Amino acid sequence: MMDYKELGLRVGLEVHQQLDTGKLFCKCPSELVEEEGNETIRSLRATASEMGELDPAAIIEAAKGHRFIYQQPESSSCLVELDEEPPGEPNEDAMDIALKMSLLMGSKVMDEIHFMRKIVVDGSNTTGFQRTALVAMDGTLEVDGKDIGIPTICLEEDAARNIDDHGDNKIYRLDRLGIPLVEIVTSPVIESPEEAREVAQTIGGLLRATRKVKRGLGTIREDVNISITKGSRVEIKGVQDLKMLPEYVKIEVERQVNLLDIREALISKSAAVDPDMVDVQQIFKGTESTIIKNNIKKDKGVYALKLKGFASLLRGEEGEPLLGPELAAYAKTTGIGGIFHSDELPAYGITEEEVQDISEFLSLDKNDAFILISEEEDKASAAADRVIERAEMALEGVPGETRNAQLDGSTVYLRPISGGARMYPETDVPPFRVDDELLKSTEEDLPETPKERLKRYAEEYDLNLQQSRQLFRKGYDLIFEEIVDNTGNPSVVANTFLQTFPELEKEGYDMNNIEDDKLKSLFKKFSDGGFAKEGILDIIKELVEGKSVEEAIDSAGIESVDALYVREAITKILDEREGFVNERGLSALGPIMGVVMKELRGKADGEMVSNILKEELAKRVSDG
Amino acid sequence: MREVPLTEASVGDKIRLEIEGREYIGILMPHHRFSGDDTITLKLENGYNIGLKVAEGTMVKLLESDVDRVESTLDIPEVEEDKPNISIIGTGGTIASYVEYGTGAVHPAETAAEILYSNPEIAVRCDPKVDIILSKLSEDITPKDWVTIADAVLEELNSGAEGVVVAHGTDTMGYTAAALSFLLDQVPKPVVLVGSQRSSDRPSSDAHLNLLAAIDVAKSNTRGVYVVMHETIDDKRCAVHHGTKVRKMHTSRRDAFKSINREQAGWVEPLDNGLDLKGLPEKEEKVATRMGSIEPEVALVYVTPALTEEDLQYAGKKKGIVLVGTGLGHMRSELISTLKEIITDGTPVVMTSQCLYGTVNCYVYTNGRKLLEAGVIPCGDMLPETALVKLMWALTIIGQDVKETMITDAAGEISNRRME
Ligand SMILES: [Zn+2]
Repeated sequence: MMDYKELGLRVGLEVHQQLDTGKLFCKCPSELVEEEGNETIRSLRATASEMGELDPAAIIEAAKGHRFIYQQPESSSCLVELDEEPPGEPNEDAMDIALKMSLLMGSKVMDEIHFMRKIVVDGSNTTGFQRTALVAMDGTLEVDGKDIGIPTICLEEDAARNIDDHGDNKIYRLDRLGIPLVEIVTSPVIESPEEAREVAQTIGGLLRATRKVKRGLGTIREDVNISITKGSRVEIKGVQDLKMLPEYVKIEVERQVNLLDIREALISKSAAVDPDMVDVQQIFKGTESTIIKNNIKKDKGVYALKLKGFASLLRGEEGEPLLGPELAAYAKTTGIGGIFHSDELPAYGITEEEVQDISEFLSLDKNDAFILISEEEDKASAAADRVIERAEMALEGVPGETRNAQLDGSTVYLRPISGGARMYPETDVPPFRVDDELLKSTEEDLPETPKERLKRYAEEYDLNLQQSRQLFRKGYDLIFEEIVDNTGNPSVVANTFLQTFPELEKEGYDMNNIEDDKLKSLFKKFSDGGFAKEGILDIIKELVEGKSVEEAIDSAGIESVDALYVREAITKILDEREGFVNERGLSALGPIMGVVMKELRGKADGEMVSNILKEELAKRVSDG
Repeated sequence: MREVPLTEASVGDKIRLEIEGREYIGILMPHHRFSGDDTITLKLENGYNIGLKVAEGTMVKLLESDVDRVESTLDIPEVEEDKPNISIIGTGGTIASYVEYGTGAVHPAETAAEILYSNPEIAVRCDPKVDIILSKLSEDITPKDWVTIADAVLEELNSGAEGVVVAHGTDTMGYTAAALSFLLDQVPKPVVLVGSQRSSDRPSSDAHLNLLAAIDVAKSNTRGVYVVMHETIDDKRCAVHHGTKVRKMHTSRRDAFKSINREQAGWVEPLDNGLDLKGLPEKEEKVATRMGSIEPEVALVYVTPALTEEDLQYAGKKKGIVLVGTGLGHMRSELISTLKEIITDGTPVVMTSQCLYGTVNCYVYTNGRKLLEAGVIPCGDMLPETALVKLMWALTIIGQDVKETMITDAAGEISNRRME
């Protein structure tokens, strides 16, 4: 167990929420679609001035490699997304939500909102930049009695959706490009993994309070900045699952602590990085390793790097973040497939003998490690430079990095952490003036704050604070209200969200698969007496599989309240006449039907009574 | 640290100011054209610009002056030897430009060095000579400028250039292309007009591909005046259009320029070294010459059901009229007598069609025949804008009948066969 206080953990969040309005700069709907549409091929160039001191040869190289393919579904994109028409004025609903969020957090709204172009040349924006505007500054958010600073609130456009990486040609779909995003940045004052989730959930709740945000996977994305006192700031990009947020923080803290331990070990062993790449191909003349054999056949070489004092630190203990993968990740940014390190050898067909030969050739002792790169010389040399760079950082501690979030809570190196973004004015969009009148009318139209809502839940629905807060944090508050306002039963509905849902999630069911409309009709059926509350869990299981409510009730084998009552009565009658049933078998039906009908006449549908009796009787006869 | 009135701080200064108890630190940016008069634009440290309302007499602390004028050294690629000499004439379009990152101001490239800096691929294609002769947006170009550009092109052609590229704003590039086509009597080498629909300061600009394509055409073994722009919205192929048969047909798309009533002259794929200019006339060892000039006093009248006698009489004060008629080249019959008076007074009137596609034909209907009787000169399938430029030019050719000039093909502006 980590002592996060002692480590000096500091976490800041950047929450990006898609808005449920039209697109930010055109009249297209903000919908992701299956349609692929026509394709357009484009290239992007970072002009020299935007990239700073960039070698022109590098510009040429970049220009060659970067061809992007854009799918342009007509149902969800137009000339604006294609960068074939200038942007229109910013969507008023989106601006309204951004203003409301700003006011809810007590931020200072700018007198004029200016859209900027933030340079992005990975192809995810057809223009080569993302349009973004600073809407407000200096807000605060109270989470569990603590004030979290909200330095900036921005309104920006979402990027195109990466569909496929086709060698050099990345394929994007334009449906997502231009969907409005509100970006809310917190100060780095969060001190524990759980607090990170609390803050994110509170922000999410506030966003939902506007009732104009998208829901479901991928509609809210977080970048997480994490640092510990002796470590560095690491930015984790693209966390999509809020529940996983604490996991990312935990794993990153462990990684940083581990890297600091590695640093200690390296220093105690007087570790050093030898900057010279050595050609070791002759050692692999008769190698059994298929990878290296094939590479040599393709005129690739085998090169080694000497890491003095690094032995056993590349692999580390099972389950811990290691230096080896970190070195490999840096090497891979040059486009090579990977590297070998001595801690993992012999393996991949490389023999103990070859490892010994390399050690001798490089005059290594048992504390030293080496890296092998099998590539063409110039590529190997570029990769070696990055490995050396990263190995030297290991002696310093934790490098500041931007890392990509993986689904399991781990992260992968993306690039060094960047300074300020390169931005220049979006001259095609006029500044948006926020005068006192607009501020006033926005203020009057603010949605109920979460705090007010919690109070109302207690009064109107008789929920306790704990339940209300959970509904809110988990994002079920709005749908809860909608259901209860229509069909009542607040405590059953609340329990469904707070107990049944988590239970099913643990079993691996994805609750995002149930549309709100289905939940509404489920509880309508329930309040009409369609089934007992004990049946809800089984019905929901079927709903997750995509069935309609009727189908789900059917295949879950759930009976209506009436049927339950009838079956109970029939069971009782049959029990009392056990001997008679055993004696007469199925022909007991006629006489017993008389008894049953006498008891149930007027209370239940005759046909149902008859069906259930036949069923129950058959069961007993075959059991007997 | 000096405290000065805001009015004394200049653009590029890093300042600190306090408004309603809040402190703002940033670089003072140029006033945005659509900003309120009471509002300043500040670039914050996080890169964002914000607009702040400031009261009169606001004082600011001057933290640093002119912070963002760090001149980066232009690292220019060496031009390989024996590359063809290509002259690039700038008229003010932003085919090559760079952004001053701090202020966001766009600077047009004004020297070969600056153009090479932002388009280093040029160095492997040619030895460029850059001459900025005008600094005008294309909507500000006047007929007089056409003559200036024509003379500049002549000078380059006659002083060793293998070909000339004219960088031009797109709005009126078609007019300039037509003007050069008529004014340049002998064009022994390629003269290529090129522009961009997305300004070159954007990573997604079409300027780069278009410029490389234009240079490839300027280097080719052809002669004549051409316009080179994206053929489709893909960054792949550029179309080569004949200078008198091309028109901007879209306000914003990259492939806005289309050849009309004539097949395009060819295409270039500059990034894939592809080029097809089959059938174009080859280079000649000749001196380039100019014929005639431009008479700016010509009206272009769009014929609509609402056109009045007064409109025509007003246009009649000019030295010539181009009518953009309906359909095959028609106008309301009751106006024809007014037209006849204008023509009798010595003002030539020519007829084109607002259909753009297809040819004027005044024999099919009575209305057309009446127009012919009144002395209107039919211009075949000439584009209205091309007819305007041609009439301006024809009026300056001494000793030649205007009608004869207008109906005789001079620079490919009249085709006898059409395929669409
Ligand atoms: Zn659109």
